[in-house]
Amino acid sequence: MDGIHDLGGMQGFGAVDHSPAEPAFSDRWQATARALMEAVAGAVDASGGEFRHSIERMDPGHYLTSSYYEHWLTGAATLAVEHGLVTHAELEARAGGRFPLSGPVLAPRVADAGPDVGEPRFGAGDRVRVRDWHPPGHTRCPGYVRGKTGTVVRLDGNYSVPDVEAHGTARRYEPTYSVRFDAADLWQDGQHGVSVHVDLWDSYLEPA
Amino acid sequence: MSEKGHHPAPPSPVEQRVAALEALLTERGLVPEGFIEEITRQYESEIGPLNGAKVVARAWVDPGYKERLLADGTAAIAELGFGGAEGDHMVVVENTPAVHNVIVCTLCSCYPWPVLGLPPSWYKDPPYRARMVREPRALLAEMGCPLPGDVEIRVWDSSAEVRYLVLPQRPPGTGEMTEADLAGLVTRDSMIGVARL
Repeated sequence: MDGIHDLGGMQGFGAVDHSPAEPAFSDRWQATARALMEAVAGAVDASGGEFRHSIERMDPGHYLTSSYYEHWLTGAATLAVEHGLVTHAELEARAGGRFPLSGPVLAPRVADAGPDVGEPRFGAGDRVRVRDWHPPGHTRCPGYVRGKTGTVVRLDGNYSVPDVEAHGTARRYEPTYSVRFDAADLWQDGQHGVSVHVDLWDSYLEPA
Repeated sequence: MSEKGHHPAPPSPVEQRVAALEALLTERGLVPEGFIEEITRQYESEIGPLNGAKVVARAWVDPGYKERLLADGTAAIAELGFGGAEGDHMVVVENTPAVHNVIVCTLCSCYPWPVLGLPPSWYKDPPYRARMVREPRALLAEMGCPLPGDVEIRVWDSSAEVRYLVLPQRPPGTGEMTEADLAGLVTRDSMIGVARL
Protein backbone atom coordinates (compact mmCIF):
# COMPACT_ATOMS: atom_id res chain seq x y z
CA MET A 1 0.00 0.00 0.00
CA ASP A 2 1.06 3.56 -0.53
CA GLY A 3 1.19 4.10 3.23
CA ILE A 4 2.80 6.64 5.50
CA HIS A 5 5.59 4.19 6.34
CA ASP A 6 7.03 4.50 2.82
CA LEU A 7 9.07 7.55 3.73
CA GLY A 8 12.04 7.47 1.36
CA GLY A 9 12.45 10.86 -0.33
CA MET A 10 9.59 12.66 1.43
CA GLN A 11 10.36 16.30 2.20
CA GLY A 12 9.58 18.68 5.00
CA PHE A 13 10.68 16.65 8.02
CA GLY A 14 13.51 18.87 9.22
CA ALA A 15 16.52 17.89 11.28
CA VAL A 16 17.40 14.41 12.53
CA ASP A 17 17.20 14.37 16.33
CA HIS A 18 20.53 12.61 16.66
CA SER A 19 21.95 11.28 19.92
CA PRO A 20 25.29 9.44 20.10
CA ALA A 21 24.01 6.77 22.51
CA GLU A 22 20.78 5.76 24.16
CA PRO A 23 19.50 2.80 26.21
CA ALA A 24 17.77 -0.09 24.44
CA PHE A 25 14.54 0.95 26.16
CA SER A 26 14.15 4.38 27.67
CA ASP A 27 10.98 3.36 29.49
CA ARG A 28 9.65 0.07 30.80
CA TRP A 29 6.48 0.13 28.66
CA GLN A 30 8.60 0.09 25.48
CA ALA A 31 10.16 -3.25 26.39
CA THR A 32 6.72 -4.58 27.29
CA ALA A 33 5.27 -3.42 23.96
CA ARG A 34 8.09 -5.15 22.12
CA ALA A 35 7.60 -8.37 24.05
CA LEU A 36 3.81 -8.27 23.51
CA MET A 37 4.31 -8.02 19.75
CA GLU A 38 6.56 -11.04 19.89
CA ALA A 39 3.95 -12.89 21.99
CA VAL A 40 1.12 -12.02 19.58
CA ALA A 41 3.16 -12.80 16.46
CA GLY A 42 4.05 -16.16 17.97
CA ALA A 43 0.46 -16.93 18.99
CA VAL A 44 -1.00 -16.19 15.54
CA ASP A 45 2.06 -17.42 13.59
CA ALA A 46 2.42 -14.04 11.85
CA SER A 47 5.00 -13.78 9.09
CA GLY A 48 7.43 -10.88 8.98
CA GLY A 49 5.28 -9.39 6.25
CA GLU A 50 2.08 -9.61 8.27
CA PHE A 51 3.85 -8.06 11.28
CA ARG A 52 5.18 -5.12 9.27
CA HIS A 53 1.86 -4.60 7.50
CA SER A 54 0.04 -4.33 10.84
CA ILE A 55 2.09 -1.18 11.48
CA GLU A 56 1.99 0.15 7.91
CA ARG A 57 -1.82 0.27 8.14
CA MET A 58 -1.76 2.78 11.01
CA ASP A 59 -3.59 6.05 10.54
CA PRO A 60 -0.95 8.36 8.99
CA GLY A 61 -1.45 11.07 11.58
CA HIS A 62 -1.09 8.59 14.42
CA TYR A 63 2.00 7.04 12.79
CA LEU A 64 3.80 10.37 12.49
CA THR A 65 2.95 11.58 15.98
CA SER A 66 3.68 8.40 17.93
CA SER A 67 6.92 6.78 18.94
CA TYR A 68 8.39 3.61 17.50
CA TYR A 69 7.18 1.32 20.25
CA GLU A 70 3.70 2.81 20.10
CA HIS A 71 3.78 1.56 16.50
CA TRP A 72 4.61 -1.93 17.80
CA LEU A 73 1.86 -1.73 20.41
CA THR A 74 -0.70 -0.65 17.81
CA GLY A 75 0.37 -3.39 15.41
CA ALA A 76 0.32 -6.04 18.14
CA ALA A 77 -3.14 -5.02 19.32
CA THR A 78 -4.42 -4.91 15.73
CA LEU A 79 -3.18 -8.44 15.02
CA ALA A 80 -4.59 -9.66 18.34
CA VAL A 81 -8.04 -8.30 17.42
CA GLU A 82 -7.91 -9.50 13.81
CA HIS A 83 -7.01 -13.02 14.92
CA GLY A 84 -9.64 -13.13 17.65
CA LEU A 85 -7.33 -13.16 20.67
CA VAL A 86 -9.01 -10.08 22.16
CA THR A 87 -11.72 -7.63 21.10
CA HIS A 88 -11.35 -3.92 20.52
CA ALA A 89 -14.02 -3.29 23.16
CA GLU A 90 -12.07 -5.28 25.74
CA LEU A 91 -8.92 -3.29 25.00
CA GLU A 92 -10.68 0.05 25.39
CA ALA A 93 -12.44 -1.05 28.57
CA ARG A 94 -9.16 -2.16 30.16
CA ALA A 95 -7.26 0.90 28.97
CA GLY A 96 -9.98 3.18 30.28
CA GLY A 97 -10.07 5.13 27.05
CA ARG A 98 -9.51 5.10 23.34
CA PHE A 99 -7.25 2.37 21.93
CA PRO A 100 -6.55 3.25 18.27
CA LEU A 101 -5.91 0.29 15.99
CA SER A 102 -4.53 0.13 12.46
CA GLY A 103 -6.86 0.36 9.47
CA PRO A 104 -8.21 -2.64 7.56
CA VAL A 105 -6.22 -4.75 5.12
CA LEU A 106 -6.94 -3.39 1.65
CA ALA A 107 -5.62 -6.34 -0.36
CA PRO A 108 -7.40 -9.67 -0.85
CA ARG A 109 -6.05 -12.76 0.84
CA VAL A 110 -3.58 -14.56 -1.41
CA ALA A 111 -5.01 -18.01 -2.15
CA ASP A 112 -2.60 -19.01 -4.90
CA ALA A 113 0.94 -17.72 -4.60
CA GLY A 114 1.97 -18.99 -8.00
CA PRO A 115 5.13 -20.94 -8.72
CA ASP A 116 8.46 -20.19 -7.05
CA VAL A 117 11.11 -18.53 -9.20
CA GLY A 118 14.19 -20.69 -8.84
CA GLU A 119 16.79 -19.24 -11.15
CA PRO A 120 17.62 -15.54 -11.10
CA ARG A 121 16.45 -13.72 -14.21
CA PHE A 122 19.19 -11.13 -13.83
CA GLY A 123 22.91 -11.10 -13.16
CA ALA A 124 25.32 -8.55 -11.74
CA GLY A 125 25.70 -5.69 -14.20
CA ASP A 126 22.26 -6.12 -15.79
CA ARG A 127 20.12 -3.04 -16.18
CA VAL A 128 16.66 -3.44 -14.66
CA ARG A 129 13.57 -1.27 -14.32
CA VAL A 130 11.36 -1.42 -11.23
CA ARG A 131 7.71 -2.08 -12.02
CA ASP A 132 5.64 1.06 -11.78
CA TRP A 133 2.69 -0.28 -9.83
CA HIS A 134 0.69 0.38 -6.69
CA PRO A 135 -0.13 -2.86 -4.87
CA PRO A 136 -2.86 -2.35 -2.25
CA GLY A 137 -1.25 -4.75 0.22
CA HIS A 138 2.16 -5.15 1.80
CA THR A 139 5.25 -4.74 -0.36
CA ARG A 140 8.95 -4.17 0.24
CA CYS A 141 9.32 -2.19 -2.96
CA PRO A 142 9.77 1.44 -1.89
CA GLY A 143 7.73 3.97 -3.86
CA TYR A 144 10.74 6.11 -4.69
CA VAL A 145 12.27 3.51 -7.03
CA ARG A 146 9.13 2.46 -8.90
CA GLY A 147 9.51 3.07 -12.61
CA LYS A 148 13.23 3.83 -12.14
CA THR A 149 16.10 2.09 -13.89
CA GLY A 150 19.15 0.77 -12.07
CA THR A 151 21.92 -1.81 -12.21
CA VAL A 152 22.06 -5.14 -10.39
CA VAL A 153 25.15 -5.18 -8.16
CA ARG A 154 24.61 -8.31 -6.06
CA LEU A 155 22.49 -11.48 -5.93
CA ASP A 156 21.41 -12.44 -2.41
CA GLY A 157 19.59 -15.76 -2.75
CA ASN A 158 15.92 -16.74 -2.73
CA TYR A 159 13.48 -15.60 -0.06
CA SER A 160 9.76 -15.60 0.67
CA VAL A 161 8.01 -12.74 -1.14
CA PRO A 162 6.63 -10.34 1.50
CA ASP A 163 3.73 -9.28 -0.74
CA VAL A 164 2.48 -12.88 -0.59
CA GLU A 165 3.30 -13.90 2.97
CA ALA A 166 1.61 -10.84 4.49
CA HIS A 167 -1.77 -11.95 3.15
CA GLY A 168 -2.33 -15.55 4.14
CA THR A 169 -0.51 -18.80 4.55
CA ALA A 170 0.63 -19.16 0.92
CA ARG A 171 4.31 -18.56 0.18
CA ARG A 172 6.33 -17.89 -2.97
CA TYR A 173 10.13 -17.81 -3.08
CA GLU A 174 12.07 -15.65 -5.50
CA PRO A 175 15.62 -14.40 -5.97
CA THR A 176 16.50 -11.04 -4.44
CA TYR A 177 18.93 -8.51 -5.83
CA SER A 178 20.68 -5.38 -4.67
CA VAL A 179 20.06 -2.73 -7.33
CA ARG A 180 22.09 0.47 -7.59
CA PHE A 181 20.34 3.68 -8.65
CA ASP A 182 22.15 6.91 -9.41
CA ALA A 183 20.68 9.55 -7.11
CA ALA A 184 20.44 11.92 -10.05
CA ASP A 185 18.15 9.41 -11.82
CA LEU A 186 15.91 9.13 -8.77
CA TRP A 187 15.51 12.79 -7.95
CA GLN A 188 16.45 14.71 -11.15
CA ASP A 189 18.38 17.16 -9.02
CA GLY A 190 21.88 16.83 -10.46
CA GLN A 191 23.46 15.12 -7.46
CA HIS A 192 26.96 13.98 -8.25
CA GLY A 193 28.71 10.88 -6.95
CA VAL A 194 25.77 9.53 -4.97
CA SER A 195 24.10 6.16 -5.45
CA VAL A 196 21.26 4.51 -3.56
CA HIS A 197 21.10 0.72 -3.37
CA VAL A 198 17.74 -0.98 -2.82
CA ASP A 199 17.23 -4.72 -2.23
CA LEU A 200 14.39 -6.02 -4.40
CA TRP A 201 12.57 -9.28 -5.13
CA ASP A 202 12.57 -10.68 -8.67
CA SER A 203 8.90 -9.92 -9.39
CA TYR A 204 9.44 -6.22 -8.62
CA LEU A 205 11.75 -5.97 -11.64
CA GLU A 206 11.62 -6.09 -15.42
CA PRO A 207 14.45 -5.97 -17.97
CA ALA A 208 15.43 -2.44 -18.92
CA MET B 1 2.89 0.24 36.90
CA SER B 2 1.37 2.79 39.27
CA GLU B 3 0.38 0.13 41.82
CA LYS B 4 4.04 -0.38 42.67
CA GLY B 5 3.85 2.91 44.50
CA HIS B 6 7.16 4.41 43.38
CA HIS B 7 5.86 5.83 40.12
CA PRO B 8 4.72 9.31 41.07
CA ALA B 9 3.17 10.27 37.72
CA PRO B 10 -0.09 8.59 36.69
CA PRO B 11 0.37 6.18 33.76
CA SER B 12 0.28 7.87 30.36
CA PRO B 13 -2.35 6.81 27.80
CA VAL B 14 0.17 4.64 25.98
CA GLU B 15 1.21 2.97 29.24
CA GLN B 16 -2.45 2.27 29.98
CA ARG B 17 -2.85 0.69 26.55
CA VAL B 18 0.26 -1.46 27.00
CA ALA B 19 -1.01 -2.58 30.40
CA ALA B 20 -4.43 -3.40 28.93
CA LEU B 21 -3.01 -5.59 26.16
CA GLU B 22 -0.57 -7.23 28.58
CA ALA B 23 -3.35 -8.08 31.05
CA LEU B 24 -5.71 -9.51 28.43
CA LEU B 25 -3.02 -11.61 26.77
CA THR B 26 -1.69 -12.83 30.12
CA GLU B 27 -5.18 -13.90 31.23
CA ARG B 28 -5.44 -15.95 28.04
CA GLY B 29 -2.14 -17.66 28.73
CA LEU B 30 -0.36 -16.02 25.80
CA VAL B 31 2.43 -14.34 27.77
CA PRO B 32 4.54 -16.99 29.52
CA GLU B 33 5.88 -16.26 32.99
CA GLY B 34 9.05 -14.18 32.73
CA PHE B 35 8.69 -13.66 28.96
CA ILE B 36 8.81 -9.86 29.06
CA GLU B 37 11.75 -9.85 31.46
CA GLU B 38 13.67 -12.28 29.26
CA ILE B 39 13.12 -10.23 26.09
CA THR B 40 14.21 -7.09 27.94
CA ARG B 41 17.32 -8.76 29.32
CA GLN B 42 18.39 -10.04 25.89
CA TYR B 43 18.21 -6.66 24.23
CA GLU B 44 19.70 -4.74 27.14
CA SER B 45 22.64 -6.98 27.89
CA GLU B 46 23.49 -9.45 25.13
CA ILE B 47 23.60 -7.38 21.98
CA GLY B 48 24.97 -3.97 21.20
CA PRO B 49 27.52 -2.01 19.19
CA LEU B 50 30.43 -3.45 21.19
CA ASN B 51 30.01 -6.62 19.15
CA GLY B 52 30.31 -4.72 15.88
CA ALA B 53 33.34 -2.85 17.21
CA LYS B 54 35.13 -6.15 17.79
CA VAL B 55 34.40 -7.19 14.20
CA VAL B 56 35.78 -3.91 12.87
CA ALA B 57 38.92 -4.03 15.04
CA ARG B 58 39.64 -7.60 13.95
CA ALA B 59 39.31 -6.55 10.30
CA TRP B 60 41.74 -3.69 10.89
CA VAL B 61 44.48 -5.92 12.33
CA ASP B 62 43.94 -9.12 10.33
CA PRO B 63 43.93 -8.77 6.53
CA GLY B 64 42.77 -12.37 6.05
CA TYR B 65 39.80 -11.75 8.34
CA LYS B 66 38.95 -8.54 6.50
CA GLU B 67 38.97 -10.40 3.20
CA ARG B 68 36.59 -13.04 4.60
CA LEU B 69 34.39 -10.34 6.17
CA LEU B 70 33.91 -8.52 2.88
CA ALA B 71 33.37 -11.78 0.97
CA ASP B 72 30.88 -13.38 3.41
CA GLY B 73 29.90 -11.10 6.26
CA THR B 74 27.62 -13.59 7.99
CA ALA B 75 30.28 -16.29 8.22
CA ALA B 76 33.10 -13.95 9.28
CA ILE B 77 30.94 -12.32 11.97
CA ALA B 78 30.00 -15.80 13.21
CA GLU B 79 33.73 -16.52 13.67
CA LEU B 80 33.62 -14.02 16.54
CA GLY B 81 30.50 -15.65 17.97
CA PHE B 82 27.89 -13.15 16.77
CA GLY B 83 24.78 -13.97 14.77
CA GLY B 84 21.07 -14.59 15.01
CA ALA B 85 17.89 -12.69 14.25
CA GLU B 86 18.37 -9.73 11.90
CA GLY B 87 21.93 -10.87 11.31
CA ASP B 88 21.42 -14.01 9.24
CA HIS B 89 22.37 -12.36 5.95
CA MET B 90 25.08 -9.81 6.60
CA VAL B 91 26.83 -7.71 3.98
CA VAL B 92 29.76 -5.56 5.11
CA VAL B 93 30.52 -2.47 3.03
CA GLU B 94 33.98 -0.91 3.28
CA ASN B 95 34.73 2.78 3.56
CA THR B 96 37.85 3.96 1.72
CA PRO B 97 39.34 7.40 1.08
CA ALA B 98 37.23 7.52 -2.10
CA VAL B 99 33.99 5.82 -1.00
CA HIS B 100 31.70 6.40 1.99
CA ASN B 101 28.85 4.00 2.82
CA VAL B 102 25.78 4.67 4.95
CA ILE B 103 22.82 2.44 5.88
CA VAL B 104 19.14 3.22 6.25
CA CYS B 105 15.76 1.46 6.22
CA THR B 106 13.21 3.72 4.54
CA LEU B 107 10.26 1.33 5.04
CA CYS B 108 10.67 0.47 8.72
CA SER B 109 13.71 -0.03 10.95
CA CYS B 110 15.82 -2.93 9.62
CA TYR B 111 19.19 -2.95 11.38
CA PRO B 112 21.87 -5.58 12.14
CA TRP B 113 20.90 -6.46 15.73
CA PRO B 114 23.66 -8.99 16.53
CA VAL B 115 26.45 -6.50 15.80
CA LEU B 116 24.86 -3.12 16.57
CA GLY B 117 22.02 -3.88 19.00
CA LEU B 118 18.63 -2.27 18.62
CA PRO B 119 18.51 0.81 16.38
CA PRO B 120 18.56 4.26 17.97
CA SER B 121 15.38 6.34 17.90
CA TRP B 122 16.60 8.73 15.22
CA TYR B 123 17.32 5.82 12.85
CA LYS B 124 13.66 4.77 13.13
CA ASP B 125 12.12 8.24 12.95
CA PRO B 126 10.83 9.84 9.74
CA PRO B 127 13.48 12.56 9.12
CA TYR B 128 16.39 10.10 8.77
CA ARG B 129 14.40 7.56 6.73
CA ALA B 130 13.01 10.23 4.41
CA ARG B 131 16.17 12.23 3.86
CA MET B 132 19.09 9.79 3.74
CA VAL B 133 18.11 8.43 0.32
CA ARG B 134 17.31 11.86 -1.09
CA GLU B 135 20.04 14.19 0.13
CA PRO B 136 22.69 12.07 1.86
CA ARG B 137 25.54 14.53 1.37
CA ALA B 138 23.60 17.36 2.98
CA LEU B 139 22.21 15.18 5.76
CA LEU B 140 25.61 13.69 6.62
CA ALA B 141 27.09 17.18 6.85
CA GLU B 142 24.20 18.25 9.05
CA MET B 143 24.83 15.25 11.33
CA GLY B 144 28.47 16.20 11.76
CA CYS B 145 29.96 14.12 8.96
CA PRO B 146 30.88 16.48 6.12
CA LEU B 147 32.50 14.71 3.17
CA PRO B 148 34.74 16.19 0.48
CA GLY B 149 32.88 16.65 -2.78
CA ASP B 150 34.98 14.02 -4.55
CA VAL B 151 34.09 11.26 -2.06
CA GLU B 152 31.49 8.94 -3.56
CA ILE B 153 28.51 8.21 -1.30
CA ARG B 154 26.78 4.84 -1.39
CA VAL B 155 23.48 4.60 0.49
CA TRP B 156 22.16 1.11 1.31
CA ASP B 157 18.40 0.83 1.89
CA SER B 158 17.78 -2.40 3.86
CA SER B 159 14.56 -3.26 2.04
CA ALA B 160 14.85 -7.08 1.83
CA GLU B 161 16.66 -9.73 3.88
CA VAL B 162 20.25 -8.41 3.92
CA ARG B 163 21.40 -6.33 6.87
CA TYR B 164 24.40 -4.06 6.40
CA LEU B 165 27.40 -3.09 8.50
CA VAL B 166 29.78 -0.32 7.49
CA LEU B 167 33.49 -1.07 7.92
CA PRO B 168 34.92 2.35 8.80
CA GLN B 169 38.45 3.41 7.87
CA ARG B 170 41.07 2.84 10.51
CA PRO B 171 42.05 6.21 11.99
CA PRO B 172 45.59 7.41 11.25
CA GLY B 173 48.17 7.14 14.03
CA THR B 174 46.77 3.94 15.52
CA GLY B 175 49.49 1.57 14.27
CA GLU B 176 50.72 0.66 17.75
CA MET B 177 47.32 0.04 19.31
CA THR B 178 46.12 -3.40 20.34
CA GLU B 179 43.00 -4.95 18.83
CA ALA B 180 41.11 -4.41 22.09
CA ASP B 181 42.10 -0.74 22.24
CA LEU B 182 41.17 -0.29 18.59
CA ALA B 183 37.70 -1.71 19.30
CA GLY B 184 37.31 1.06 21.85
CA LEU B 185 37.65 3.64 19.06
CA VAL B 186 34.81 2.23 16.97
CA THR B 187 31.51 4.02 17.45
CA ARG B 188 28.01 2.87 16.63
CA ASP B 189 27.62 5.84 14.29
CA SER B 190 30.74 4.93 12.32
CA MET B 191 29.26 1.47 11.65
CA ILE B 192 25.96 2.99 10.48
CA GLY B 193 27.95 5.39 8.33
CA VAL B 194 26.86 8.71 9.83
CA ALA B 195 30.32 9.39 11.27
CA ARG B 196 33.96 8.92 10.30
CA LEU B 197 36.63 8.06 12.82
